[in-house]
Amino acid sequence: MARKAPEPVQVVKQRRDAALNALVGGVPYINFMGISFDRRGDELTGVLSFDEKLIGNPILPAIHGGVTAAFLEVTAVISLSWAYIWEDFESGALDVEALAAGNLPRLPKTIDFTVDYLRSGLPRDAYARATITRAGRRYASVQATAWQDNKDRPFAQATAHFLMPRPDLSND
Amino acid sequence: MTADKARIARQFIETIPHSKALGMEITALGDGMAEITMPYDERFIGDPKSGVIHGGAVSALMDTCGGAAVMSHPDAPAGTATIDLRIDYMRAATPGQSITARAEVYHITRSVAFVRATACDDDTDRPVATATGAFTVEGR
Repeated sequence: MARKAPEPVQVVKQRRDAALNALVGGVPYINFMGISFDRRGDELTGVLSFDEKLIGNPILPAIHGGVTAAFLEVTAVISLSWAYIWEDFESGALDVEALAAGNLPRLPKTIDFTVDYLRSGLPRDAYARATITRAGRRYASVQATAWQDNKDRPFAQATAHFLMPRPDLSND
Repeated sequence: MTADKARIARQFIETIPHSKALGMEITALGDGMAEITMPYDERFIGDPKSGVIHGGAVSALMDTCGGAAVMSHPDAPAGTATIDLRIDYMRAATPGQSITARAEVYHITRSVAFVRATACDDDTDRPVATATGAFTVEGR
């Protein structure tokens, strides 16, 4: 009983990176904000690269509260979509080349979004991770946390609810 | 609110780099009320298939508008910072239309301002989003 040989590492990496690039790269607003994603296995970390246009209080200076909210929302929705399609592109049910060509699954829709501002966002890079607390067929609950220098001292956190895309309408 | 305070608040808001980057313009301001409009821009698209603006840009508009309402309040002497903000997304904004947020301070204490806001596109009967938030009252 020969075990199936594991896939070569570059095949695995290429597939996952291509899927992530397709998901993130197709959204103009994520690009406008300068947000990118770091991937370790299936774990994603959002990275907000600092830029002057992200400033909300020029006197302090501090990152705009709206930027912080947007960063957490982008991290939450991308992490949720990523978890939603993971099984399908890993199994081959979802073709990564079709994804890369722009044939993306519909994104979850935000129902509501609550952000707590814990300290002011400093004028430097920020990082965020999201946890899916419930992934149902129609609704999902997601929590996200953002930090800068020290992960144990987050500067903002968010709770969000999403309406999941209906699989039967995926190609409309 | 005195004309001078209105001018200072407007000047401060108009120098916020991120609000400028999103093309926000103050259309009304005073006595704990602010109205700010954000034009449609393809760079702010969140769903490339439909061309709908990303919720994050709407959040930034709501936050700016809430903060502006607090700064324009006669009982708020100086700056403000957001403590928390909750946004309910009622429907997708129509692509190609600008979004206008209107925020009001409905209660203020020595330390906290409570704000409600609504965002609409051209169809003002059906809001795109509503928000409630708490903001700090600084400088007293």
